[in-house]
Order: sequence, then structure tokens, then C-alpha cells
Amino acid sequence: MAINDENYIEVKGLTFYRGDRVIYNNIDLVIPKGKITAIMGPSGTGKTTLLRLIGGQLKPDAGEIWVDGLNVPDLGRKQMFELRARMGMLFQSGALFTDLTVFENVAFPLRVHTQLSEDMIRDLVLLKLQAVGLRGARDLMPSELSGGMARRAALARAIALDPELLMYDEPFAGQDPIAMGVLVQLIRLLNDALGHTSIVVSHDVAETASIADYIYIISDGEVVGSGAPEEVLHTDLPRVKQFMQGLPDGPVPFHYPARKLADDLIEPNLTKLRGA
Amino acid sequence: MRMRTMELSVGAFMIAGFAALAFLAIRVSGLSIDTAEETYRVTANFENIGGLTVRAKVTMAGVVIGRVSDIYLDKDDYVAVVEMDIFNKYDNLSIDSTASILTAGVLGEKYIGIMVGAEEEFLVDGDEIDDTQSALVLEDLVSKFLFNSVAEDE
Amino acid sequence: MIERVRRVGSQGVQFLESFGASGLFLFHSLWAWPRASSFPLLVRQIYSVGVLSLIIIVVSGLFIGMVLALQGYNILTRYGSEQALGQLVSLTLLRELGPVVASLLFAGRAGSALTAEIGLMKATEQLASMEMIGVDPLRRIVSPRLWAGFICLPLLALIFSTVGIWGAQLVGVDWLGVYDGSFWANMQDSVEFREDVLNGIIKSMVFAVAVTWIAVFQGYDTVPTSEGISRATTRTVVYASLAVLGLDFILTAVMFGDL
Repeated sequence: MAINDENYIEVKGLTFYRGDRVIYNNIDLVIPKGKITAIMGPSGTGKTTLLRLIGGQLKPDAGEIWVDGLNVPDLGRKQMFELRARMGMLFQSGALFTDLTVFENVAFPLRVHTQLSEDMIRDLVLLKLQAVGLRGARDLMPSELSGGMARRAALARAIALDPELLMYDEPFAGQDPIAMGVLVQLIRLLNDALGHTSIVVSHDVAETASIADYIYIISDGEVVGSGAPEEVLHTDLPRVKQFMQGLPDGPVPFHYPARKLADDLIEPNLTKLRGA
Repeated sequence: MRMRTMELSVGAFMIAGFAALAFLAIRVSGLSIDTAEETYRVTANFENIGGLTVRAKVTMAGVVIGRVSDIYLDKDDYVAVVEMDIFNKYDNLSIDSTASILTAGVLGEKYIGIMVGAEEEFLVDGDEIDDTQSALVLEDLVSKFLFNSVAEDE
Repeated sequence: MIERVRRVGSQGVQFLESFGASGLFLFHSLWAWPRASSFPLLVRQIYSVGVLSLIIIVVSGLFIGMVLALQGYNILTRYGSEQALGQLVSLTLLRELGPVVASLLFAGRAGSALTAEIGLMKATEQLASMEMIGVDPLRRIVSPRLWAGFICLPLLALIFSTVGIWGAQLVGVDWLGVYDGSFWANMQDSVEFREDVLNGIIKSMVFAVAVTWIAVFQGYDTVPTSEGISRATTRTVVYASLAVLGLDFILTAVMFGDL
């Protein structure tokens, strides 16, 4: 095994299809241990899919995904659940269990995976909630939380078992600036304080670049650029540049493929006729 | 507290379900718990039993005194043999009693009516009622009626 | 022409595929049972599937029993055999209307709720996050709901029949003046416990499996969008109702049809 001790995850030759569509075409990735690695790219490139592949919820069509020395696609059901207990994942919507209170949501993984006494669970849950600033909200139901609070509560649940790997799926999407600032800070703080490995999937350039140690840019099923945030931000690679600087036109065209405008204007009925 | 009311209501629901089952079993289908009521068995031969079925009532003066327990064909005499279980408390049916197959209402079910006779001796287990009256069969009645009216015309 | 054959063929394969998938799904969820720790989950589901359906079942049962008594009385008096009212109502309810109508109401009340609930859990990634925490959603979410459905529907059908018979007694005996004694005596003479009551229970058990299975699988198989959930809910009610009526014919033919 050529697993480097420095790396928590190594992805080799990963290929994944959804139906006939290629999501990943033979990509290689390395996630270093104890760092925050960002996976960025335009919407619809399957960034979330990558997290699901790492978590073993999807099986790749080809390639290897080594997580801490284990090849995820080869794992049996039991080993998979054991590995998942060492991973935490923050879903885009938070994915709190709607029929449980915030407290019970955070306690859920502890109750499932440990035999701790009720007192211990209570202490642990309160500590985790304190870390995300929601200790006072422990008796609320998820429906009573704002979007940002729900995501923080979900974060507390994700770190309940002190995972070695924490995956964030679009943590900043749809958040107001304050909630976003809180989350940015939390991700960095938790990573430094708890020493786990983090993967952040996002397309919010500024926030992600401000906390990531390393960035991969994925587009059209391939890794089109990678490096430290500074490098990636000032690269000359056209696809990376367009994405990082948010340029409306570039390798990713502004116009949906169509005939020339002049042709359309001259023969306005042609499309209609075809349509009929 | 919320959990407790939920558990209570689930318990009440389950009990209601089983109470419904008990009601259907006892009150509706007449499944009596003390099925072991003491009976004695008498038989009767009928030319035709019509639509009489097992478990049909055996009555006297309209009161149920027993049930039909078995019906089969006597292969030698070609008559229907009806076995009846009569409750032990009605042990004073004279041996010349009459058994007839009757119908409750026009469309109702068939049952056996017993008319008591004049003898001083009573029926006991295994006895046979000799005097029987078969079920009225509509087709027979109609053909009899037609036959009579034709005969009158001639 | 060839195109049409191809389409029919591919639809057939698709149907077979989804049927197989739902079969495997059922097998996996039931295999995950039982465990002492899942008992509170089961109680909670019996509450939301059974107790919350109770009102609609009781009210419908009452009215159906009363209507049966009115209609039956009108017809039976023409033949002078209104004492057979108890027999008519009880056999109708026990053999057919109890299991069938209770199942249809159950599909509309509890089945659609099950589908929507599980579909929403899928859409909000609760199922995926549960899987990532290392808990099998089939065991934790699906299995208690399936069992709750299996347990509740036969009980609801029994309650439906009972309330219906009581409603018929109310109308027939108390209002229309059928003689109380002959109402019950006639019923008891014609209703066989094994033949009528037990067969009705067996019917409702079969319907319970069909309806709950369809509802839960439709929820689990939802396209995780709001449109997908509303479609899945509709499909649950339609498929479950058709399944109940189709199965009812088959079961009736086997049980009462001398086939």
C-alpha cells in the first residue's frame, strides 16, 4: 500500500457514471491529515457525490478510495458502518431528525454507538452544543431553528463522536452573512481544536478560500486545478480563473448552445415549424 | 408526559381492537365460551332436508333446545339422517315426538321444530325420532298443485 | 410497430425491476427485526398509524352500518323477513366491507402520511445522514412503520366491523323496531366464527401487508423533491386502493367461492 502517513484519504482513478452521464472521469485526489481541504466547482459537477463516494453511500464504477488505509468500495456492510462511525458529515440542509429535539439529535450518535450512562451523554451533548453556541437551544425542535442554527446543531451532531474526518456539504449555501461568518469561524476553530481532517465542498469562493489549506477545483468530471488558496486565486488557467473570479463568460459559456442570433431573427418561424 | 399519553392511547387502542374481536366472536358469531354444555344425541330420518345445515337450531315452541350436529345420507334407505344434540336440561321429550323442518320467514334459514307427543317415555341418548316431516320444497308444491288442477279438469 | 413492442417490453422489464427492488426492500426491512430497543419506536408508529386513524375508522364504520341497516330493512320488509337484518349487516361487514373499507381509509389516512413522511425525510437528507451516522434507516425508520401497519390495520378492521354492527343495531332495532332478540339470534345463527370472522381478519392482514408495503416503499423510493413527494403520495393511494380491491377479489374467490 502506497498510503502516505500524511494523507487521510487517497482517491485513485475514480470513475463514476450517473446513468450515461460521466460524473467523474478517472480523477486522483489526496486529502491531507488534519487539514481543511476544499473541493470547489460549479453547481452540478457532483461535488456532493464525491462525499457520498467517500462515505460509501455510492459505489464507484472504477477506481479506489482509500480512507485511513481502507479501500471503501471493498468494505463489507459491517466494516462500512464501523468506518462511518469515525466520520462526521454535515449535510446541506442540516438533516436534523425532525421528530427529535436538538438535544436528542446530538445525543443520537452517542446512544447508537456508545454504552455511556445518561449523565455522561448529557455532559457530552452539552459540551458539543456549547462549542457551536446552542446550549440554550437544546430543548427546541428543529422546526423552531433558523437555517444557520439548524446547521450548527447538525454540526454539533456531526462532532458528537469526535470523528477523524468531517465532511461539509455546501455549508455556506443560502446563509445570511452573520450565519456564514459564524460557520466559517466554527469550521476553522473545530478543525484546529479537535485535530480532525476536514473536507469542505462549496462554491462560495471567498469564504472557502479564507479557511481552506488546500483547494481542488473540479469541473466536467476532472480536476482542473489545485493548490493552496493563494495559488488557485491567482492562477492563469482559464477554467479555474473563470470560476474563482466569477467571470460570466469564459470556458463555461454564458449562452446555452443555440444557432446564431442573426439566423434566429431572420427566420423567426423556422424554430416554430420544427417544433410543430 | 407526551410519551406517556402516547403509550396510554396505544394501549387503549390495542385493547379496543381485541375487545372488538371478542365482541365479534361472542355476540355476533355466537361462539360461546362454555361450549361444553351437556347434550344428548338423537337422530331423525327425513325424506328431504331442503336447505338444512349443520349448526341449525332445534326448537320447541320457538325455544332453542339444541343444535344440528351432523347430516348425512343413509346409503341403504336413501334418506337423510340428521343428528341433533339436545341440551340435557330438556330431557323430557316423549319418544313419539314429531320433528319437522321449518323455515324462518319466507327467505329465512331452515331449522328443526319438535312437537312433543303423548307417550310417557322420554327420548334418551341414541334414540331416533320416527315421526318426521320433511322440508317443504317449492318445486314439489308447484308440481303437486299443477297435477291436481289438471286432474280436476278431467 | 417494433418500437411499440420495444416500449411495452421495456416497461415490463421496468415493472419487474421495481417489483424486485420493493421485494428486496421488504425483505431487508423485516430481516432487521426484532430488537428490544426498537420497541418505543414501534409504539410511536402504532400511535401515528393506528390511533390517529381511529376517528375516521369509527365514524365511517358507524355510518356504513347505519346505511346498511336502512337499505337492508327497506328491502327485507318487502319479503317480511326484516329479522334477517342482523345477518345481512354482520355478514356484509365481516366478510367484505370491514376489511376492504377499513383498508381503503387506511391507505388514504395512514398510507399517504407514511409516504409523505419518509419521502420528506429522504428529501431533507435525514435518511442519508442517518446512514452516515452508522444507523441503517431500513431498521430505524422503515421497519417500525411496516410492523405498525401490519399490527394496526387488522385491529382497525375489527373495530370498523364492530362499530358498524352497533350502528346497524341502533338504526334497525332502536329506530325501525326490528325485534332485538331476533336481530341478534339471526346474526349468531348465520355468522360462523371461523368462516366469517377469521376469514375477515385474514383478509385485513393481507391488505395490511399490501398497503403498508406500498406506502413505505413509495416513500423510500421518492424522487427527493416536493413534486416527487406529492406524486409518490398520490401513487400510494392509487396503488394501494387498487391492490386492496384486486386482492379482495382473489381472496373472496378462494375463501367463499369454492374455487
